[in-house]
Amino acid sequence: MALVATLRSAVCLLGRFPALAGVDLDVAAGDVVLVSGANGAGKTTLLRLIAGLLPLRAGTATVLGHDLTVDRTSLRRDLALVGHGTFCYDDLTVSENLTFAAKASGRPPAPADLLEQLDLARLAPVTHRHLSAGQQRRVSLAVALAREPKLLLLDEPHAGLDVVGREVLDAVLSRAPTEGRTVLLASHELDRARALATREVELVSGRAIGGRREHSPRSAAHETAEEVGR
Amino acid sequence: MTLARAALLVTGKDLRIERRAKVTSSQILPFGAIVLVLFAFALDPDRGVLERAAPGLFWVAVLLVSLLAVSRAFAIEVEHGARDGLRLSGLDPAAIFLGKTFAVALQLLALEVVLTLGVVLLYDVSLRSLLPLVLATVAATVGIAATGIVYGVLTVGLRLRETLVPLLVLPVVTPVLLGASRAWEASAVGAPGEAWPWVALLSAFALLAVAGGMLCFGTLLEES
Amino acid sequence: MTLLPRGATIALGWVALAALVTLTLLGLWVAPPDAVQSDAQRLMYLHVPTAWLAYLAFAVTAASSALYLWPRTRAVVWDRIAGASAEIGVMFTGLTLVLGALWGRPIWGVWWAWDARLVTTAVLFFLYIGYLALRRIPGDANDTAVRSAIVALIAFVDVPIVHFSVTWWRTLHQEATVFNPELSAQISGTMALTLWFGVLAFTVLYLYLLSKRYELAAMADELADVELEVAIAERIGEPVGAGVARVEP
Repeated sequence: MALVATLRSAVCLLGRFPALAGVDLDVAAGDVVLVSGANGAGKTTLLRLIAGLLPLRAGTATVLGHDLTVDRTSLRRDLALVGHGTFCYDDLTVSENLTFAAKASGRPPAPADLLEQLDLARLAPVTHRHLSAGQQRRVSLAVALAREPKLLLLDEPHAGLDVVGREVLDAVLSRAPTEGRTVLLASHELDRARALATREVELVSGRAIGGRREHSPRSAAHETAEEVGR
Repeated sequence: MTLARAALLVTGKDLRIERRAKVTSSQILPFGAIVLVLFAFALDPDRGVLERAAPGLFWVAVLLVSLLAVSRAFAIEVEHGARDGLRLSGLDPAAIFLGKTFAVALQLLALEVVLTLGVVLLYDVSLRSLLPLVLATVAATVGIAATGIVYGVLTVGLRLRETLVPLLVLPVVTPVLLGASRAWEASAVGAPGEAWPWVALLSAFALLAVAGGMLCFGTLLEES
Repeated sequence: MTLLPRGATIALGWVALAALVTLTLLGLWVAPPDAVQSDAQRLMYLHVPTAWLAYLAFAVTAASSALYLWPRTRAVVWDRIAGASAEIGVMFTGLTLVLGALWGRPIWGVWWAWDARLVTTAVLFFLYIGYLALRRIPGDANDTAVRSAIVALIAFVDVPIVHFSVTWWRTLHQEATVFNPELSAQISGTMALTLWFGVLAFTVLYLYLLSKRYELAAMADELADVELEVAIAERIGEPVGAGVARVEP
């Protein structure tokens, strides 16, 4: 099975703090991996590392065929990250932000049905600044999808999403394997996310439990997570 | 996507934001005008000092204004983590550099037109040889914008950015201040022959700054 | 860990001290007073060497910055040398400016003049003060090194431009006594000897300071590595679910 991402003993620093202290992780194509863990466990850092945004201090990491210690910029064309910030410009409208993101990644401007799917059609001419937090999060999801990524990295996407947004997100996640997309999802909404995920990996103090792919079935990872104190 | 189209995409984005937010026109321009007025308070206008010093004062005002413009160019990238968005976008960093430099340069040129009017009206200066003046101004502006964008991205993730950028940028652009002021002086008295060497120096500086920026912008953008 | 073997550094230190003492003797007593400037000219034996060493130090900074940026030669050695040399360079530049002012006051009647050499040196001073300020901001070691290296190279390229443009603009500083366009030394005998000895003495001092400062930087890095290992061990040993990121990203 094709591996989209492989990390071995990955160490990643935030300033001087080892946010990731030796992570082992395998992600196969078509996986929908739920990354769980307490606040401060390193979920955001892990996603940003895989997106190529952070330098690797020690260990190895290969994502989408690129060795992150050698080149962590080329892989970005094929992935998208939905992070804590929306990556949007306050003074541009929803459609302007979407058009910019799509054109920048060389894709055609977002199709109308993407806006429809995310219930943003009527918000298209609204400036980003004037959107509610939930609407802004939906826009950042739209921006990510407009890039047609092979690997979708979602950092707490449910947080801050309104009801409509959550339903849309769940639909996107359940369609992902059939669309050939791999998803890494960091979330606290374990019940909701578990229903959609094919695997779970728990981050504890900068290390991953259940990261390796020898035991891939969801149930095994589930048990491991239960064993490690909760 | 070609470099030029990608750069223009970024320029368009920056200018569209400015048109909506109007920071340059409503804050930076008045600041420039205030600086010109302050010079008049500092250098008694009745003794002819102001008129003689006008070219230099104009360019000092432009330098101060450009520090603000560059700061603003990156402030828009910091909100909502748009800088990460740029890094993730897949855009060629050289294109981002060219796009932002072009956007800042255009805004500075617009500001300079207004400030020139200010200098002509407030300091009673007449400008005779217009061609070297315009060329010198364009070259100087491009040089300042390119240098500012390089140092802007260099410091975008850092604390103490606001105090560090002026300290870093101003010593580097001293040749531009020198050349542009002398070119303006020569143009003001109608001696274009003296202005052309300075135009050449300013153009060389601008070319170097743009080339250097294209080379190192990518590396600098990646600082986490 | 060290740039030179420990014995060599110590030896350099003693040689530098001896050389500087000798220079003082030569400069104050052995060399004759200048025909025009009399004793004030003796400052030249300090001022000229510090100026040359400043430029040498910044050249070393630029070269090692380039070596650090070039992927094939990237090594932490070059970054440490760049930073150490820049600090010494700033010190020498400051000295040059002060000594120049002390020399200029009795000769020209002013503490400062706006000619090419002085202005370029002043701009040089500010350029590298900025460089040092940039280096001091905490962050990922490689990021800091890359940023600083680029700034050092920009400064290095800018200096000749500054010098060139200011020269066009004005000249007042005395014609370079040794490196003037005709390249014929205008000073000779004991004075020339003292001057060259001064350059030599300060070069030894520079090498000594570079070696010591490099050692300091290496020790600081080692300390940071040890702190990191401790932090990782602590993090792994944390009770499950505990620990919030303690540091700003």
